[in-house]
This record gives sequence, C-alpha cells and structure tokens, in this order.
Amino acid sequence: MSPRLKVLRKVLNPPVIKGFKPYGAEKSLQDSIPVNLLYEEYEAMRLSDYDMLNHLQASVVMGVSRPTFTRIYASALQKIAKAFVEGRQILIEGGKVYFDSDWYSCRACNCYFNNPEKEKPIEKCPLCGSNQFDKFDTVDFNNEIHDNPSDVQCVCPECGFEQEHQIGVPCKKEVCPKCGKGMMRKEKKNCKRN
Amino acid sequence: MRIAITSTGNTLESTIDQRFGRCAYFVIYDTESKAVEIIPNPNKVVEEGAGPASVNLVAARNVNKIVSGEFGIKIKSMLDSLKIQMIIMKEPEKKINEIIEMLNH
Repeated sequence: MSPRLKVLRKVLNPPVIKGFKPYGAEKSLQDSIPVNLLYEEYEAMRLSDYDMLNHLQASVVMGVSRPTFTRIYASALQKIAKAFVEGRQILIEGGKVYFDSDWYSCRACNCYFNNPEKEKPIEKCPLCGSNQFDKFDTVDFNNEIHDNPSDVQCVCPECGFEQEHQIGVPCKKEVCPKCGKGMMRKEKKNCKRN
Repeated sequence: MRIAITSTGNTLESTIDQRFGRCAYFVIYDTESKAVEIIPNPNKVVEEGAGPASVNLVAARNVNKIVSGEFGIKIKSMLDSLKIQMIIMKEPEKKINEIIEMLNH
C-alpha cells in the first residue's frame, strides 16, 4: 500500500539564498554529497527560531498539525547538524510546499488583497487607492484552530437546496433530494478564511 | 494594467460573483485604454478543476489583478507563482461598474 499523502505545507517567505557552503576545510570536501534541506524545514526553522513562535502557533501558520511540525523541525535540526559535523554543503530546495503571500485589508473599501511582489511594499489599496490599509493576519491564534464541522453546509448548485454536512461524506457524493443533482460544499459566513 | 473581475452577468450592471473558479463571466478591464471585455466562463459547470482552468483562462489574457469574492486553496498558490494580485471583495451587491469606478481612483 502506498503511504498516506503528505499535506501541503504553507511557506510564507521562501529563503533568500539557495544554500550554504562550508569553507576552510582541512581536506578536500569537493566530492561530498550536499545535505538537502527542504523548504518546509527551512520554514519550520524560520518560524520557530527566527520569529520565535511556539510549535503550536508555527504549525497553524504552516497548515499542518503540531506533531507534524515538530517532526519537520526535528528533521531540519538533524540535517543542519549533519552538515556542520561532516562539513557538507546545505542545499535548500524541494519539499511538499506552496507559497503564500502577505495579506492586507483595506478599511476604506472593505476589501482584502495580497502582495504578490514581496520586494515592493504596498503603498495604496489596489482597489480604491486609499492608504487606510492594515496588515491582515490570515491566522488568528485566539480562534479555534480546527474547522468546526457544523460551519459546513452542502448546497445544490441547481436549486440552492441546503442541508447539514455529514462528517466523512464528501459533499460531491451527496445527491440533492429535490432535483437529484450532485451537491457542493458551502461554508457559513462566519467561517474563517484560510 | 489589466484587471479581471468575476461577474454574475454579461453587463456592467451585473453584480460581482463571489466565486472565482465557477463564476459566470469574467470582465477584463484595461485601466489604460478603459476597454472592457466580457468573456463567459466555460468552467462554470465542470465537475473538478474549475479553479486552475479559470486561472489559465485569465492568465492567458495577461491580467495583473483579479477581483473576486473568494479564492480557493489551489488557486492562491497558482496566482502567487504567476504574480497576479488577488483582491477579495466580500460584498455580493457591488456592481461591476462600481468596481471599475473604484479602480479608476
């Protein structure tokens, strides 16, 4: 059986460099194999030791569970230690990740927007042009971390009929009792954005 | 600069569509020439992968920004790598011409 699929990890800021090279080696290390530090391991290290978040907060930022975060972090430390001790290069690449950007909210027109160009700071709201915008944290640590299943409804795209979502049954597998079409997922308005 | 707005209808009086991948129409607005192009979304009825297909549709028209009510998780990472800015407008009553007016600020 194939192993369980890994959840995509969210990386907010990709590293500014591609890796590290050792210097001043006593014997030639040219032929040594570099250690491959994954993007998610870099991100775990950045959140935990640079941004000083605890593992629970950092796991929410990366969109994984707390134990998974701790495993990623432990593997990062192990790889870095290996590179230090054996005098190997560190190559930061790969990993099951997606990149997310910083989000902002505008008070003048009540919209949210992101900044795809990380190097250029946002000067005005792209929609209404006002400068009354704030940095918007996509993750609110005080809120419940897990999705509340009762926040999810199945909705029929044809006639708009809604019913309570059954846990464990995908909305697409549900059939609308009125018109017999497949249902879709609908989240209630108070549900958090992610 | 070209901006795509998701729309529920094919006129400028229509309201913004709260979904991106399965919106009815895309309104593509050019801020320099003030030209408006309305294209129907063929991905409205597909069962799966409507979001990525819609991203390809608007990215082929060289847009820099997209205004919609919501963006799915697959789309966010795609648009991030394409460097297209996402603007989330959570007001379903907003009309397309009101949004175009705001964009002209």
